[in-house]
Amino acid sequence: METIRLTNRAKAVDRRPMTFLESLYLWSIAKGMFTTLKHLFRKKATIEYPEEKRPFSPVFRGLHVLNRDAEGRENCTACGLCAVACPAEAITMEAAERLPGEAHLYREEKYAAKYEINMLRCIFCGLCEEACPKDAIYLSQTFAPANYGRKGFIYKKEELLIPHPIHQREAYEQALGDRKPATKA
Amino acid sequence: MSLYMHLLAIDIWFILEKVFLIGVIIGLSFFIAMYTTYAERKVAAWLQDRRGPNRAGPFGILQPLADGGKLFFKEEIIPMTSNRFLFILGPALAMVTALITSTVIPWGASYVDGTTRIALQVADVDMGILIVFGIVSVGVYGIMIGGWSSNNKFSLLAAIRGASQMVSYELPMGLSLIAILLMTGSLKMSEIVAHQIQHGWHILYQPLGFIIFFVCALAECNRTPFDLPEAENELNFGYHQEYSSMKLGFYLFAEYINMFISSAVMATLFFGGYDIPFVDESAWGLSPLLFSLMSFAVLMAKVLFFLFVFIWIRWTIPRFRYDQLMNLGWKKLIPLSLVNMLITAALTLWLNK
Repeated sequence: METIRLTNRAKAVDRRPMTFLESLYLWSIAKGMFTTLKHLFRKKATIEYPEEKRPFSPVFRGLHVLNRDAEGRENCTACGLCAVACPAEAITMEAAERLPGEAHLYREEKYAAKYEINMLRCIFCGLCEEACPKDAIYLSQTFAPANYGRKGFIYKKEELLIPHPIHQREAYEQALGDRKPATKA
Repeated sequence: MSLYMHLLAIDIWFILEKVFLIGVIIGLSFFIAMYTTYAERKVAAWLQDRRGPNRAGPFGILQPLADGGKLFFKEEIIPMTSNRFLFILGPALAMVTALITSTVIPWGASYVDGTTRIALQVADVDMGILIVFGIVSVGVYGIMIGGWSSNNKFSLLAAIRGASQMVSYELPMGLSLIAILLMTGSLKMSEIVAHQIQHGWHILYQPLGFIIFFVCALAECNRTPFDLPEAENELNFGYHQEYSSMKLGFYLFAEYINMFISSAVMATLFFGGYDIPFVDESAWGLSPLLFSLMSFAVLMAKVLFFLFVFIWIRWTIPRFRYDQLMNLGWKKLIPLSLVNMLITAALTLWLNK
């Protein structure tokens, strides 16, 4: 019967005792030296990190950003759909009603007074972004930096909110990155 | 009385010349050893498709200085139960013996200008190469004393391992050297080089002898495939396990100086020393200073090539097991070198008839 092999690269182990010439190892060593010499001229695999960064995949999901509209008003209405959608239960929020004279701060009558994401719980699935009807939350292309304590990984609203598009133009552009949320009409 | 006064007269210029030469050679040894550590890391990285140290200065050129600075600032620990005097003597001896071997190597063609003649060699003694061997065997004491005085079983075991390895490999090394001596008829290093300039490099006549010598040089310098005395992680780091700070640095540094000196010895014995192959450079009519410097540069090029091969081997070949090491030394290399010696002797007799 013909033996069926997955690949034809399998080699039988040669267990014959070495001859005197083989036991000097010289030929095998020469072959090995040639192999390493070839590697001397190969392309280096290193990415020199601070100067050179590996580009993220276009579908990379990183830290969350709470969005503002073009006039700098917060989009979030504290509807809680993101918290409901979150499979890791990482999001908590407290809603508050917009007072007269705060129309330049919040787009709708209701806003999030408190908005927290626990980055240790978050699995960066992006379901909050999909659930949001107001384009208020989206995932950016940075990741959470290291921290000394667990408390530091609970991101408050101030840390999540995108910089003001008019007052802090440059920071806003930078935070926006390549992954601008698709604007809904 | 006054008849023998000239024997007591001290030639101050002669002493100055030699002191200057010794200073230059020691400085050069340190410099080369420093940058061999850098080259080691760079070549290791390149062979593994990495880049190697490149943060300290351009291309990481200042890396050896940073490493040295780190070693100096580390805490110096002398174990309480160790023999303090011997504990300090160990690394000192390793370093001194590593440096002394450079005395008899001819570093370049002599500077001859009219009547002044300056040899680029500290001492051209009659027994030349034997001095190298004698001092290399004293180097074993550096290892033994360091390992023993640490008062640590593992250091002692590693030291014994290292000492027996060095003693075993000195035999085939000496035997392969005898074949060279049969051809040149002199132990003087300068005459060995002169003989090669006249008759062609010894590597052409003694390829087997060179391979044996090279393998033994690897073993003598405790380099991979034979670095059992200082197997970094799996065999408890070896005889310098209890050492820290610059005393450890001395041991590691002595190893690199040994590499440099043994490269120079190999270049001198088998690759024509400071000779340029295929041409008669003495007929070019260069100025004496330029001629000496050029011959020195040629020797350095050969030495650097050997250093590269040392490093290249280290990052290619895995370590031998201890029984394999002893098998190779006693059962393979010694018979081979004996055969090589006998063939050379027979041919020398036959051709000289």
